[in-house]
Amino acid sequence: MTANPHAHEHVLLQMLRIREFENRVQSLFSDGLVKGSTHLANGQEAVAVGMAFALHPGDPVLCTYRGHHHTIARGLPLESAFAEILGRATGCCGGKGGSMHLTDKSLALMGSYAIIGSHIPIAVGAAWASTLTHDGAVTCCIFGDGTTTIGSFHEALNLAAVWRLPIVFICENNLYSEYTAIGDVVPIEHPAADRAGAYGLDRIVIDGNDVEAVKEAVSLARERASAGRGPSLIEALTYRHGGHSRADPGDYRPREEVELWLSRDPISKYADRHEVSTQRLEQLGAEARDEVDRALRKALAAPAPAAEALLSNVWSEESS
Amino acid sequence: MTIINYRKAIAEAIARSMREDPKVVFLGEDVALAGGAFKTTVGLREEFGPTRVFDTPISEQAIIGAAIGAAMRGLRPIAEIMFADFLGTCWDGIANHAAKIRYMTDGAYSVPIVIRAHGGAGLGFGAQHSQLYDGLAMSIPGLKVVVPSTPSDLIGLFQSAVRDPDPVLFIEHKALFDVKEEMPPEGHVVPLGKAQVVREGSDLTLVATGAMVPVALAAAELVQDRRIDCEVIDLRTLTPLDMHSVLRSVEKTSRLILVEEGPGICGWSSEVAARVADEGFWMLDAPIRRVCSPPTPTPFSESLESLWLPKAESVAAEIESYW
Ligand SMILES: Cc1ncc(C[n+]2csc(CCOP(=O)(O)OP(=O)(O)O)c2C)c(N)n1
Ligand SMILES: [Mg+2]
Repeated sequence: MTANPHAHEHVLLQMLRIREFENRVQSLFSDGLVKGSTHLANGQEAVAVGMAFALHPGDPVLCTYRGHHHTIARGLPLESAFAEILGRATGCCGGKGGSMHLTDKSLALMGSYAIIGSHIPIAVGAAWASTLTHDGAVTCCIFGDGTTTIGSFHEALNLAAVWRLPIVFICENNLYSEYTAIGDVVPIEHPAADRAGAYGLDRIVIDGNDVEAVKEAVSLARERASAGRGPSLIEALTYRHGGHSRADPGDYRPREEVELWLSRDPISKYADRHEVSTQRLEQLGAEARDEVDRALRKALAAPAPAAEALLSNVWSEESS
Repeated sequence: MTIINYRKAIAEAIARSMREDPKVVFLGEDVALAGGAFKTTVGLREEFGPTRVFDTPISEQAIIGAAIGAAMRGLRPIAEIMFADFLGTCWDGIANHAAKIRYMTDGAYSVPIVIRAHGGAGLGFGAQHSQLYDGLAMSIPGLKVVVPSTPSDLIGLFQSAVRDPDPVLFIEHKALFDVKEEMPPEGHVVPLGKAQVVREGSDLTLVATGAMVPVALAAAELVQDRRIDCEVIDLRTLTPLDMHSVLRSVEKTSRLILVEEGPGICGWSSEVAARVADEGFWMLDAPIRRVCSPPTPTPFSESLESLWLPKAESVAAEIESYW
């Protein structure tokens, strides 16, 4: 994204690492090694990588159960992410969180939340703390299009706007809320942007498959927030290549729609724009795959949590 | 000697915690400029200013969420929910987030917040403004629950709640607002998880919380004429639950009656009864009894509400039925 020719490859590699990571998670799930549920972000990598390049170190990020891409883009080590998803002791939450709850305090990754919309007020609280402690951080909160229909979204936006908090809201509009097309459940075309005006915010719709557009929009929003000019709500149009979760084939979506969006794949789009050859792209893909496989091998070798972990950290040390 | 009532003790408790720790901030609906819907927070905005005491929109989810997020970033927020009934709009933040974040992150994050709510029946507020929600709250691992019954306890327990690294639900009983007591000295702290024997006795143990403590004490007076000597225990906190004090009393008295405001189904009295049956069965001379409200919403009409609330006479009748 800068004059440095290798910078392009760095951006590509970040997206490829996420893509390969998600591919591995899918196979681990199919092989029965990952329990419960997983929600993959294949196709949505540009939102996460663009966001991560725009934020500063220490900026809190809160995301959702579909949060592997955001946490990895913000620096969560692949091994720590895999181990958590596999329920191992070395996972970022000691195996007590799981795929839907990747968290890393050392990276200001304040959590991935699985109750729709619930993390938006928490993110507002994180931003509120910054105005009280003057730590200069700008909080970023990511959620989906379907999330704009739950009350906490509106409560949180209103509070953030009226208190002019340093926060950037990113709505990843992937056109579906589980198995329901967003157009079937909201009366407007842009579920986030069309509501921004209700909170005195600008209407911002961007191509979420264009990593540079994401970086630019988030950078502007970040600047605005740190200048004390309050929150921004960015609606990033994107698409998940796969289904909602687990083994969902996503076949409720029209074939032409899927094909259209596959042709807008954020990785090939970026590679084309920067004239990265197919061959080079494949090399980078292989590099990412190697890194992912190494991380996975280590995670698979890690032990399950010890039985004592069952009872620990329900309460603080002082009370247990 | 300064006398303080329970209503004013609330503002006093908050002020003491805010003077002690600059990281304590306070938010809620109408709490700052208006001094609270019940005038329980008068003077705080004046003393601590607009960077520590905040009026919010009517947004319980946002209030609880903001408190959680700020706590995860190092502050010590106190959030007011005007009526405990309104916890119904924000249990998600409390139960799914505040109470679980420490566990789900294996200790990386903690959520040191105090959620204060005005609860309880007896004032004719009807079914949607009279609940305590104490039993429900108590069933959530990771959440502490405090139910003060006197001004001095309120102030002392509140200091512990604010200092506690875990989320605390602090339920203040509306029917106790006019209860008066001597103002406790600066530095007065009551630890969480320590019940109080408020009346010593040898024949029977009565356990109560909140507005049922004076009811239990009155019942003890009523049966005194019949030479029945009751011990009365105020649990003060439901989580942590001081079973040690209850069992020690039952060891002495061999009889136990639990007095709970509300239907008591899966309430604190069910839990205490189960634990005593389990750990103290051989100390008992008679079955454990409970005096609770009937299993209905809180009725509005004064005549019905007074039937609904456990009363000293019904507790006394239950006591006498043992002999
Ligand atoms: C409060 C709540 N209701 C319902 C669900 C079940 N659920 C999980 S994901 C989801 C769809 C969310 O869609 P969207 O916000 O667009 O995010 P996406 O999955 O597309 O990233 C639903 C309904 C939930 N987790 N929480
Ligand atoms: Mg969606």
